[in-house]
Amino acid sequence: MWKNFPLFPEQASTLASKVDALYFTFLGISTFFGLLVAGLVIYFAIRFRRRSPEEIGRPEKAGLWMEVTWSVIPLIILLGMFAWGAKVFVEAFRPPGNAVEYFVTAKQWMWKFQHPQGNREINDFHVPLGQPIRLTMTSEDVIHSFFVPAFRVKADVLPGRYTTVWFEANKTGTFHIFCAEYCGAEHSMMRGSIIIMEPADYELWLAGRESGPSVVASGEELFQVKACNTCHRSDSATLAPILHGAFGEPVELADGSVQVVDENYIRESIMNPAAKLVKGYKPLMPTYQGQITEDEVIQLIGYIKSLASDATEEEATLPALPDEG
Amino acid sequence: MSETVTTPARRKNYLNAEYGIKSWLLTKDHKRIAILYLVSVTFFFMLGGIMAAFLRLELATPLGDMVEPDTYNRLFTAHGVLMVFLFLIPAIPAVLGNFLIPLMIGAKDLAFPKLNLGSWYVYNVGATLMVAALLRGGTDTGWTFYTPYSSVFADSEVILTALGVFVAGFSSIMTGLNFVVTIHRMRAPGLTWFRLPLFVWSMYGTSLVQILGTPVVAIAIVLVAAERLLNIGIFDPALGGDPVLFQHLFWFYSHPAVYIMILPAMGVISELIAAFSRKRIFGYKFVAFSSLAIAVLGFLVWGHHMFISSQSLYAGLIFSVLSMLVAVPSAVKTFNWTATLYQGSISWQTPMIYALGFIGLFVVGGLTGVMLATLGLDMHVHDTYFIVAHFHYIMVGGAIMAYLGGMHYWWPKITGRLYSVFWSKISAGLIFVGFNLTFFPQFVLGYLGMPRRYHAYPEEFQILNVLSSAGATILGLGYLLPLIYFIWSMRYGERATDNPWGAYGLEWETSSPPPTYNFDEPPVVTTEAYDYLAMRDKRVA
Repeated sequence: MWKNFPLFPEQASTLASKVDALYFTFLGISTFFGLLVAGLVIYFAIRFRRRSPEEIGRPEKAGLWMEVTWSVIPLIILLGMFAWGAKVFVEAFRPPGNAVEYFVTAKQWMWKFQHPQGNREINDFHVPLGQPIRLTMTSEDVIHSFFVPAFRVKADVLPGRYTTVWFEANKTGTFHIFCAEYCGAEHSMMRGSIIIMEPADYELWLAGRESGPSVVASGEELFQVKACNTCHRSDSATLAPILHGAFGEPVELADGSVQVVDENYIRESIMNPAAKLVKGYKPLMPTYQGQITEDEVIQLIGYIKSLASDATEEEATLPALPDEG
Repeated sequence: MSETVTTPARRKNYLNAEYGIKSWLLTKDHKRIAILYLVSVTFFFMLGGIMAAFLRLELATPLGDMVEPDTYNRLFTAHGVLMVFLFLIPAIPAVLGNFLIPLMIGAKDLAFPKLNLGSWYVYNVGATLMVAALLRGGTDTGWTFYTPYSSVFADSEVILTALGVFVAGFSSIMTGLNFVVTIHRMRAPGLTWFRLPLFVWSMYGTSLVQILGTPVVAIAIVLVAAERLLNIGIFDPALGGDPVLFQHLFWFYSHPAVYIMILPAMGVISELIAAFSRKRIFGYKFVAFSSLAIAVLGFLVWGHHMFISSQSLYAGLIFSVLSMLVAVPSAVKTFNWTATLYQGSISWQTPMIYALGFIGLFVVGGLTGVMLATLGLDMHVHDTYFIVAHFHYIMVGGAIMAYLGGMHYWWPKITGRLYSVFWSKISAGLIFVGFNLTFFPQFVLGYLGMPRRYHAYPEEFQILNVLSSAGATILGLGYLLPLIYFIWSMRYGERATDNPWGAYGLEWETSSPPPTYNFDEPPVVTTEAYDYLAMRDKRVA
């Protein structure tokens, strides 16, 4: 048990060293102030200890300048820490443009991962080194939280909506995935491993496994099977809006407000189509709540995202893999 | 301020004024109600402590090999619910506040004595519901009741426990209301706002939070019950609800509730530092107003519990900066306490040991709180043992250290008896060492990535967990000692003088224990708070 006694987690992402820098700086400042206060308290308590039972303390006038000093100095340090912490957070919040999208579905008590190429894994998650990866995550039941300590990233995974988190691994190896939000009986066993591989090894790994159709291809098939294509046609907007080129663009809703077509809006429109109708359409679409799994919704969204207005653009939205070697 | 020894002959006081169980259960005397609360909160502290003992025992090994996972979840839920709602929230206000506020302001009683007694009964109804839930198998949602787990998925006594929390909340509102009215209307002649003891100021701030915050958690609980029982979609996305809405409602109360726990503690510490330095608190007005600043700002920071719960980036930024601001009044208090020691006449009595220990632990708890308010850091340590360590430093290292310090300080006034100096110092030492050994390793565990509420964990976390469990054993022993020597002192302890510490304050001017209506002559205040110089002059004259 003494063999592995780490005090700090490994750094395995580009973000990790930035979070650690923040942490160690703060630890330094905290130690300074902690020791300052403790030192003064101990020194005063000994230096001014009571020498006779009748003795009383020497009252002094509180100096306003002292109050101002010890309010303003901490305030400045605190605002500095806020700004630095915010900078790191914003960076962690906003994935870079070249991030490849992977999908995560959480349920009591497992993690399901879908690679854009169609591979699926449970609890184990293989990803390539040096490639920014964005996870689009949802839950099938309660709130979970995707946490990889070695990456210093964490984001709650909610039922009924998508959250994202991104990382770029910079060290090969196997690291813990934890569920950090309490989710029921086996919460502490809702763990997985993230396996970081050299891009070439990752390609080999992908090739060596039986892969289903890609997310986009599965979505395209579903689009037929679920009869979405009956109304959502590419050549006529009579019954339902044309989905080609819709993703990421604003649409005007029946109440006049404007909604950007994003993952959450598409999901809502599948589950509760009447909630936010596009202007000019009647609430004809039935709900798919209960008739479609979260994995399938993800595939449909993947497909809709891939539908560029111009067929030639289709390739651009397909996830790009890092170059080999 | 008289320091003459009260004649040991049985003076009439609130304890021997009447006898019999009825004289206690139907009392309207704030001091007796404080004792009733003392018995109740001590009981629930022990019950919550036993739950913690099971948790630490289970966590001594990485495998979940002692109890079933489901049992473990019910244990930590019970530990949290009992400690927060039945111990920490009422402890200082309902025991020390109840006993001391009328004494400190020179009043006969609180403004609404019947409401005060009623609050104790309401507390016990709430407590009974929670205990009933425990006996029926307990609840497994965590004390935070996050939806949709609590409202749809959990198969345990959620409703009964939540109802208990709901009811107990009203007792807290009643106490707060009573204190606000009392402090406004019943101060002795000459006792202006700026002559009030700082404990009264902090209780005033606390009361405002109790009155304004508690209804919101009550609403949140009703909504969870509505969803569970009536299938109304409020938090469950499958019914069109929003699971994060619950977190907003819950933390809108439960973050200020942290200040319900720590503000009274800060008030106690101000009293202890003044008394055992025999000196006016440095920067009295700054300390007084910092209590109000904390009470107000405390309402504006709830979103820092949700930085990574899909809250928008901008909401995160605003809640982060506001959380930074709330650290300033806490820092002001700490620096003022430290400055008070300078040129004081410092006596190392047991209550002072607690007070100095409090400062150390509170500084650690406060600084780690600032780390958690820092967005980039919270992302990593949120929902890990870092959080667990942080809030135990505030609630146990802060609130309980202050509560025990206060109990040791006012015990001679409450019971008229002295306890063993030797054992009380041993116990204070054990608690300080045991506490740090229990919770400091948890900061390291948290940064390493061990999530909270884990029944089993990867092997590399074991050494730190063993340290923590070992510390918990020492801490438990430290808590057991006062229970023994306090009870022992009630019968065998030396009789206390009216003012055994030579401290300033109206509560020390009446006899120990005080008569039923507190003062034989209604007091008139002519000096500033903690004016030890005037007190000495008066005695010499």
